[in-house]
Amino acid sequence: MAAPWKGIVRKIDDYRWEIPTSYKTGMLVPGLIFTSESMLGHLWEEQAFEQVANVAFLPGIVRHSLAMPDIHWGYGFPIGGVAATRVKDGVVSPGGVGFDINCGVRLVRTNLTEDEVRPKIEPLVDQLFVNIPSGLGSEGKIRVKEKELEEVMVRGSRWAMEKGYGLPDDIIVTEESGSMKGANPDKVSSKAKKRGIPQLGTLGSGNHFLEVEVVDEIYDLKAAKAMGIEALGQVLLLIHTGSRGFGHQICTDYVALLGEAVKRYGISLPDRQLACAPINSPEGQDYLAAMSCAANYAWANRQFILHWARESFARVFGKSQQELGMRQIYDVCHNIAKIEEYTINGKKEKLCVHRKGATRAFPAGHPDVPEIYRSVGQPVFIPGDMGRYSYVALGTEVAMRETFGSTCHGAGRVQSRAAAKRSLRGVDVARALADRGITVKTGSMASLAEEASEAYKDVSEVVDITHKAGISLKVARTKPIGVVKG
Amino acid sequence: MPINKDFEILDHTADVGIIAYGIDLRQAFANAARALFSLITELDDLEEVLYRDIELAASDVESLLVAWLNELVYRFDTEGVLFKRFDIIQLDDTRLQARVYGEKVDSSRHELKTGVKAATYHMLKVDKTDGFRVQVLFDI
Repeated sequence: MAAPWKGIVRKIDDYRWEIPTSYKTGMLVPGLIFTSESMLGHLWEEQAFEQVANVAFLPGIVRHSLAMPDIHWGYGFPIGGVAATRVKDGVVSPGGVGFDINCGVRLVRTNLTEDEVRPKIEPLVDQLFVNIPSGLGSEGKIRVKEKELEEVMVRGSRWAMEKGYGLPDDIIVTEESGSMKGANPDKVSSKAKKRGIPQLGTLGSGNHFLEVEVVDEIYDLKAAKAMGIEALGQVLLLIHTGSRGFGHQICTDYVALLGEAVKRYGISLPDRQLACAPINSPEGQDYLAAMSCAANYAWANRQFILHWARESFARVFGKSQQELGMRQIYDVCHNIAKIEEYTINGKKEKLCVHRKGATRAFPAGHPDVPEIYRSVGQPVFIPGDMGRYSYVALGTEVAMRETFGSTCHGAGRVQSRAAAKRSLRGVDVARALADRGITVKTGSMASLAEEASEAYKDVSEVVDITHKAGISLKVARTKPIGVVKG
Repeated sequence: MPINKDFEILDHTADVGIIAYGIDLRQAFANAARALFSLITELDDLEEVLYRDIELAASDVESLLVAWLNELVYRFDTEGVLFKRFDIIQLDDTRLQARVYGEKVDSSRHELKTGVKAATYHMLKVDKTDGFRVQVLFDI
């Protein structure tokens, strides 16, 4: 679909590559890509580099248009893109957040071991599949009226917890404590609300999943212990989903609205999907207020799903919650724009940090890191493909200095969905996973083929780059044993 | 270029693009909508049992194409209706009026394939030089 890219990429060191502003007139800052020689390969065949250069056009962008090592070709922003703009004279771009606002991951520990879970993995995966609505067109078990949906938009996972879905401690270990400030339901269209009501409490389809996984390596004992990861063979649960059609509609609405604003404010852009407005304009403020509603919806969504996952484990293993010890480790979002403070040229400055397929990675001592992790750093979760590994990591000072406190969010695709489906059938993917000791349940075999391991980069390579570059540090590696795919 | 197909599906690393053709803009817009629903399900499995009327306005023809496809994504997501026939009654660069035919999802007869989050403006093209040809990238 795209011609090979013929631009300029300069090597800075083994893990940092720069696209100079001279590549394209209009770039306000250079592009900076965290990657390695061996991972650069396929990027020449697609338009991800061009997208890094395009993001550098955004008014008010600071230092670099950044890309994490899971970078791949997106629409507008590259996936794995990070861009920080000055609040005082910069812009906010809905395309820099994406359609799935606050898509994110939540990791939960258990007291269970692989030996206990393996014999019951099929009933467990079945129970999770039954208990947690998933798949295209699925509707949730939660029935909210518009008034209640507005409370979800403002209060996020706290609303779900107070309704009996989860524990107060879950909220403490959620980014933004599960509710972004500044959410205003008046800035959300009735279309978005109509899409949002039936989909609350659903996993969705595509790359969203639940993963029962086993701790396979521990690299940092102290940090692992702080997270309740104590031994090899311990079973964890990973939840990956976002704001569903509610967030998709908010992005759709605001890309169209800000496309008009671009003309009014005389902003010149190389790609219409980068539509943006000054952060301090009414349009920019309205988008941030609506985006925050979707972020809160997503946190409530993951909160409901966690509750049903706990119920599912309790039923299958016949144990109490106390015996199961299913404590939430943390919940991070990887599609979001946030106002954060950084030191730029020796001065503190408020920036709007867009993370499009990138995870916040704050270091030890940062006031936004929950107290229980303050001495080690913010937990970061990097799911791989469903056949290999996922990683637990920590945010760092290097990330604060170089990437506006951000790191990668996953493996990153190398193969298109169509190519994956052409070369693989869902049933074969399920069989190959079974041979590797992974039980999968899905509502759509076609969707399973699209998400096969072969379609993704090896997440180990991606995480090694972030580790060696220092923007996040490895804590533990996990292996999946059971997967529910939407 | 002779037009012997209605639309084609384009490879993209994370998402899916389409190119739709037509002898006029109306046909190209209708074929783009068929391409969208071909991603979601098998068009041949669909019956025409209900219809919906759609009226839209946008500031230019590219935005109108995105608005048209996003309206259909919205209708599918909120009403569970899969569409297969798109009669575009009136179309110029800023206004569209259409009647679209399809049926509600019936899981015993319809396989739902790919979820489409939205039509994007990335790589968006409306080309009127050699027949009519429109290109759209969907976020999947």
